[in-house]
Amino acid sequence: MNAKDIIKNGLIKENPTWVLILGMCPTLATTTSAINGLSMGLATTFVLLMSNIVISLLKSVIPDKVRIPAFIVIIASFVTVVEMVMKAYLPALYDSLGLFISLIVVNCIVLGRAEAFASKNGVGHSALDGLFMGLGFTWALTLLGIVRELLGTGCFFGHSIIGGADGMLMMILPPGGFLALGFLMAWINHLRRRKVKNS
Amino acid sequence: MNLLNISGSPHVHSDESTKKIMWRVNMALVPALLVAIAYFGINALLVSIISVAACVLFQWLIEKFILKVPTTVSDGSAVVTGLLLAFNVPATVDMMWIVVIGALVAIGVAKMAFGGLGKNPFNPAIVGRIFLLISFPVQMTTWPQVGGLFPMDFDVATGATPLGAFKEGALPEGVTFMDAFLGHVGGSLGEVSAIAILIGACYLLWKKIITWHIPVAFIGTAFVFSGILWLVDSTAYMDPLMTILTGGIMLGACFMATDMVTTPMAKSGQLIFGFGCGLLTIIIRNWGAYPEGVSFAILLMNCVTPLINRWCKPQRFAN
Amino acid sequence: MAKKAKSTLINMLLSLTAIALVAAAILAALNSVTQEPIAAAQKAKVENAISAVLPAFAKLDDQEVDGKTCHVAYDEQGNMVGAAIEAGNDKGFGGHLQLMVGFDADGLVTGYQILETHETPGLGAKADAWFQKDGKGSVIGSKPADGDLVVKKDGGSVDAITGSTITSRAFLSIVNDAAKTFSNITR
Repeated sequence: MNAKDIIKNGLIKENPTWVLILGMCPTLATTTSAINGLSMGLATTFVLLMSNIVISLLKSVIPDKVRIPAFIVIIASFVTVVEMVMKAYLPALYDSLGLFISLIVVNCIVLGRAEAFASKNGVGHSALDGLFMGLGFTWALTLLGIVRELLGTGCFFGHSIIGGADGMLMMILPPGGFLALGFLMAWINHLRRRKVKNS
Repeated sequence: MNLLNISGSPHVHSDESTKKIMWRVNMALVPALLVAIAYFGINALLVSIISVAACVLFQWLIEKFILKVPTTVSDGSAVVTGLLLAFNVPATVDMMWIVVIGALVAIGVAKMAFGGLGKNPFNPAIVGRIFLLISFPVQMTTWPQVGGLFPMDFDVATGATPLGAFKEGALPEGVTFMDAFLGHVGGSLGEVSAIAILIGACYLLWKKIITWHIPVAFIGTAFVFSGILWLVDSTAYMDPLMTILTGGIMLGACFMATDMVTTPMAKSGQLIFGFGCGLLTIIIRNWGAYPEGVSFAILLMNCVTPLINRWCKPQRFAN
Repeated sequence: MAKKAKSTLINMLLSLTAIALVAAAILAALNSVTQEPIAAAQKAKVENAISAVLPAFAKLDDQEVDGKTCHVAYDEQGNMVGAAIEAGNDKGFGGHLQLMVGFDADGLVTGYQILETHETPGLGAKADAWFQKDGKGSVIGSKPADGDLVVKKDGGSVDAITGSTITSRAFLSIVNDAAKTFSNITR
């Protein structure tokens, strides 16, 4: 597997949100605005990158039978790092993401990549995989956040675009998350299928 | 003449078609529409026209450009959805653009996304209405004041609905059973007049498009349940007769809970469906956050329709 | 690929212990670094809320009255100029609503800030601007001690947030509650 494939896998071919459909809890819960989606994506990217590097480095010293607890300890440590740093230096963002930062620990993508990729590949490739899986997650969450924020409040990254209009409240409430996710997923699958047909 | 026409069963079929049924439902909605125009004036007419036009247009656009299938707009089902959606919103100027969004959700999300007429698990008009209620809570609960007959101006004073007023404390002064029966109360466009809805429902019963099971079970359950509550405490709960005459119970029970696609097939199942709708409506009205619960009740019962269908299979022919 | 460690008891113990120890050490170090900024950020949040709801003051003195934290403000001569009171209740539409309500020395409401809210966006969440000085249901300058603030629907004088009577009632009851606490603080 070469670097180009890894990048492509993370961003498009095996995109965690649109294709693997992993980590739906933060995807639906934190994408009420574009900035929240982007921040959540970047926080997850950091955890993915670091945990992939460390797990790939330690893969030969971690016995198979305790690999899951070991992975979780490593992942949880990095999540706590993110949490503490965010609490200290970005308190406003921490207030809006709150609990979901700690919940990155149980995000299937992180453990999934540790198990499926980092524990079987070298450090360089694992880092690349973590970074681009994370960025794939990030663009998906940001897109979802942009769509929901735009429809729900008439704003784009907090800046009002449609003057005066309130937007459709439902789109920033939980049902709007499911609706937006479903329609975006349908659209992206449609594009993917058309590409396969053409090639 | 070819007398020896060989074909598979069924050999005897009635002369009904989707098209015929849907246009008859539209016919049955006309009395309520006329009453709405009489009480709410030009606004009611415009909201209804815009809603129907938007539903038909979205159906046509989706079939033509997204699904790329022959269009089915002439079957009249989009017109039914459009009318019912308009009947479920207040007749105000704001609604003239908001209802277009409702039409997109009703046709695009609730109907075509599932594969079109016959495959939608939820009543499209109700889905559209609930989307609007949650998305535009202020505009969707700003009711026009009921004035004289045929008001022609766009700007009308806002007033309360009997249900909304009751939730806040007490019934507005002077609302009589006759007002509620004829439709001289605040409310959504097409739900105010019980008599107009009943005329339409009788037409559908006469044409055998609906059966009595769901409406009777729905309204009966609501009446009995609210009656019990009223007997327990007549100050805290609404009079049972007023309960079934106000809000959307009549419209919901006769036209939306009887939608063939989203309700059970067997008669026994229809009774269960109606019972559930009535029960949930009263529960939501009395203990929920919203003053009205008919749409939520029908939507929730739509969810369990497949279960009811499995439980109460219709009798096979010649069994 | 390097040879994989076998899953013997000693290997498992050693590797898990080592990972846990390193993780704990790193986190402990980070904690000592971020402890101060976290405390500062939390303090800044409270202080921002206090200065937003009170007129200019020179010195603050914290008191616990009726189980609420009251930040009593004094000018340079030591005269009390007002107090910011942290109050809340669970009557909001989405549950708990926590406010910082400011009063001047006479008990007039000088301002408020929402510290915690779970109200519906676009409806009850509008409370952050609705009851401010330029809002439709301004409570600034009113004196709850002379009579509880009540929404118009319940016979009072305050315009409720459109479509959010429950939030408005909860909000006003918190302000009334804070006003009662205000009369009990030691000056």
